Amino acid sequence: MTRSIGEAARARLADAIRATRNEHGIEVLEVDPARVADVLRFLRDEPDLAFAMLLDVTAIDGLSLGWPERFRVVYHLYSLSRNERAKVVASVPEENPEVASVHGLWKSADWLERETWDQYGIVFIGHPNLVRLLNHKDFVGHPLRKDYDIKKGQWLSEPDDLMDQLEKARNGLLPDN
Amino acid sequence: MAAESGETTRRAELLDAAPRRGAGSRTESMVLNLGPSHPAMHGTLRVLVELDGETILHAIAEIGYLHRGFEKSVERGTYTKVIPFTDRLNYCSAILNNIGYVKAVEKMMGIEVTPRCAAIRVITGELSRVMDHLIAVGTNIVDIGALSNFWYLFNEREKIYNVIEDLCGARLTTCYTRIGGLAHDIHEGFVEGTRTLLKELPVAIREVERLVRGNKIFLDRTIGVGAIGAEEAISWGWTGPCLRATGLAHDLRKRDRYYGYGDYEWDVPVGENGDTYDRIFVRIYEMYESLRIVEQALDRLPDGPVNVDDPRVTLPPKGEVYENIEGLMNHFKIIMEGIQPPAGEVYDATEAANGELGFHVVSDGTGRPYKIKVRSPSLALFAAYPRLVKGKMIPDAIATVGSLNIVAGELDR
Repeated sequence: MTRSIGEAARARLADAIRATRNEHGIEVLEVDPARVADVLRFLRDEPDLAFAMLLDVTAIDGLSLGWPERFRVVYHLYSLSRNERAKVVASVPEENPEVASVHGLWKSADWLERETWDQYGIVFIGHPNLVRLLNHKDFVGHPLRKDYDIKKGQWLSEPDDLMDQLEKARNGLLPDN
Repeated sequence: MAAESGETTRRAELLDAAPRRGAGSRTESMVLNLGPSHPAMHGTLRVLVELDGETILHAIAEIGYLHRGFEKSVERGTYTKVIPFTDRLNYCSAILNNIGYVKAVEKMMGIEVTPRCAAIRVITGELSRVMDHLIAVGTNIVDIGALSNFWYLFNEREKIYNVIEDLCGARLTTCYTRIGGLAHDIHEGFVEGTRTLLKELPVAIREVERLVRGNKIFLDRTIGVGAIGAEEAISWGWTGPCLRATGLAHDLRKRDRYYGYGDYEWDVPVGENGDTYDRIFVRIYEMYESLRIVEQALDRLPDGPVNVDDPRVTLPPKGEVYENIEGLMNHFKIIMEGIQPPAGEVYDATEAANGELGFHVVSDGTGRPYKIKVRSPSLALFAAYPRLVKGKMIPDAIATVGSLNIVAGELDR
């Protein structure tokens, strides 16, 4: 009998795990936002868990859901060896919506964290290039927040010359570019 | 001997005396935009490259040119109104997106679709996968100069579109599934039409396979180009044919066995080197496997209804709507208030044409989705693109982008 993901995480990182539950067959770990990177590293590196794939990062804006903290940052993981998924959730407050970046753990985290910053305004501390991914560089606000009005258009016509990005790449700050 | 060496010395003297062309000049790199409006950049992809000659020193990818706010827009309507939006994710295989979305909502509501519905979803989904792969392979090899293959493959794709058009009334924007079933059962003639496809498609695919397999230009342009190892591909979050091209037989249809995929006999083709060549051939072989699945599914297509008997999601028969008040109310509530999954969250994924297509749905118990996040396979693939082309040449970059089959609708949402 292999141990469940929640049990394994609790055994090692009891202080970082706030709650675990099963959601339609997927193990959910609610974690201390300050320890997100520790938990994710553990899930990736523990041999019998081996969550080698970070499939998605997103956030949920709980503005009208009455949550103690406004945002939840969500990580969807997949373990090829277990054929099992896991979801790691960290609640962060509106005034200080930040967690540590995990770009060093999975290469996929780079763009996924950029998208979450772009759409929800979650700050990923330590990300080498936290710029918008889908929206225009001059866009103001974060469109997937519930208080962003869908009808609020922004006229943005200045193309991005990307030279700041190229400069970062030249200086070795973006090793994959 | 002596004369020869004298001549060599003289030539050296002449060269020395000649003014040095380019002496004191310096080499400068060139910055060039690939896309966003260029046929080779499939849709609306933009990559800024810094070049030394034709070698790419740095590449910066910028996406979002087709960002339509899918995730914002779907929060305004009912759960049913999301289905046409999903057509526009990977528009080359719309039915696979339709299936992926409704499957997530069904999981949330604890609904199991009828056997006939599952089989029809498999058949139409696999036909869509074949269409998607035909486009991917066709456009990939036209980008490297093999125009005739493009026509051969697009002719076949057109035949599938004719069947899909008869089925849904639309070629690309199919909107064929519903939560708990399908928009309607298959039409008379669908089975025969699909059986004709099963005869004609392999002939055409084999023809193209033979045209390219021994073609030296094709081999030179694809073998070892844009190669990536399995471990790195996993770190980038790659799934689908591109991950399988690295040698890993990871396919959600085999792993999760949804819709009875485990009951059909079929194989998962894998590559070896994770290069453009492997990605093209994994797609070619997957088409044969998809057709195998379709054939078996047609052979044992079960009878029965295509929609579940569940008043929470399925519209009542028209007779009841017109003739009794319960039916009328039920119809009205599903249309006006919408289907109401219980409050909570779900993440569910299917194997779409490009890999794992996931839907993370959050419900607050009302008839409108609180949040829907699409896990797009193209995003993970394109994020790795700068790394794949760095240090390579421009023609390699063009061959590589085609083999990843980035679909902007799904990439930018």
